[in-house]
Amino acid sequence: MQYKKRYDGRGHDETRPIIAKAGVLQNADGSAYFKIGETIAYAAVYGPREMYPRRLADPKRGVLRVNYNMMPFSGPGERNRPGPNRRAKEISMVSEKALLPAVDLEKYPNCVIDVFIELPQTDAGSRCAGICAASIALADAGITMQDMVPAIAVGYVGDTPVVDLSYDEEQPEGMEAVDVPVALIPSTGEITLLQMDGIVDAEQLNTLLEKAKDACAVIAQKQREALQEKYLGDADEE
Amino acid sequence: MKNKQGPNSTGHLITALQADVRYDGRTKNQFRDIQIEYGVSNTADGSAKITCGNTEIICAASLSVGSPFPDRPDEGALMVSAELLPIAHNDIESGPPGIDAIEISRVIDRGIRESGAIDVKKLCISEGEKVWIISVDVVPINHDGNIIDIGAIGALAAIKDAVFPGLTEENTADYKNKSKNKIEMKHTPIPVTVCRIGDELFVDPTKVEENNIEARITIAVLENGKICSLQKGGDEGFSTEQLAQAFDLAVKTSQELQQHLL
Repeated sequence: MQYKKRYDGRGHDETRPIIAKAGVLQNADGSAYFKIGETIAYAAVYGPREMYPRRLADPKRGVLRVNYNMMPFSGPGERNRPGPNRRAKEISMVSEKALLPAVDLEKYPNCVIDVFIELPQTDAGSRCAGICAASIALADAGITMQDMVPAIAVGYVGDTPVVDLSYDEEQPEGMEAVDVPVALIPSTGEITLLQMDGIVDAEQLNTLLEKAKDACAVIAQKQREALQEKYLGDADEE
Repeated sequence: MKNKQGPNSTGHLITALQADVRYDGRTKNQFRDIQIEYGVSNTADGSAKITCGNTEIICAASLSVGSPFPDRPDEGALMVSAELLPIAHNDIESGPPGIDAIEISRVIDRGIRESGAIDVKKLCISEGEKVWIISVDVVPINHDGNIIDIGAIGALAAIKDAVFPGLTEENTADYKNKSKNKIEMKHTPIPVTVCRIGDELFVDPTKVEENNIEARITIAVLENGKICSLQKGGDEGFSTEQLAQAFDLAVKTSQELQQHLL
């Protein structure tokens, strides 16, 4: 079944509106705000700092630790109990693996770099928004990185491939949906996050990955602009 | 248990406070500037982000339908939960709420509850069966001290911002079809925490000041200047003279802060 006009009127390859800011939290060594559609992610980086307990430290390289958390009121419907659940723990893990290849941890032996992702409001695509925010925050903290790590969900609604599924598109009425969150390192093309809900054939997946690549290029640009805005600033303001 | 940190010591702070100068240039009785932004989370029923100096807190009010307590069959309930998340400060570790977070929750909760700010009888849907429960989350995203006072103002702002969800025919909450009803607030009890180092009393501590205080007292005050809840904290005590001074300072400061919730 064809899904012609998207529920919110976007083009099929168009992401929801994005706002990205670097350096939004004073106490953190690096931080970012990333809003895509109605999903908002804050990320803070603390470190490189000493690892406790010490036995978790690696004398050869630093350790990257990512924690993803939805605030209790950030989902649809009733408030959830605070604290990590199975879902949050898994997303923390895959987000960590998504960022890991881009971070040069050899520079920080014995240390830990902690990344905390907090979501006060979500619609869909919260893990991708979290990774996008975390990547800006890591760069803001001055951590040596190979590149930014943009992330986006791509998928099918009915037979139509779309970029950046909204909450309604994840469970469309009378159609099947496929949801594939992807993170990648644009300069090398390395895909560092790949999950899927739904049923597709291999060829369709290849189509989706191409779409993800294009969308990620757009997002990486927004991430860089956020950093430029903080560090280069507006000439008129100074 | 004292947790002294940073380049500051109690000695330095006393000398500065005696000259009525704080590290950030404020006087002892001066609160930092407060800004409140409403509606920061559209998934909550009411929300506000409050910024006071470098302390930034996201507060949200969530409404759900639940059962009343057996001894109060016609009353709804209010529950405040504060979380100290590691995103907010270098010192905070991940894990279940520690005693700091629990104290913050309970003190904010007590101030709002004991003042009768919310008419809990109006939260009753059907007696003995269903009532509205207001859950308020206080989540600092940047911690630079005084989470109790700032969090309480944020909590009141989130409650003020809240709109009830709709009700289905079976009396369950319908989050897709919101009503137009707001939570009726009879009072706005704003707590002021007065801190003591030596003989010096001051309000609105930063994190560094907070780490070096000897005693503190949180005094929640109604619009009319009446005091509705107390909590003494810190390792040491207060003399009655110091307390009298603290009450005056809290009442005056709280009344000045009322303007933020108008």
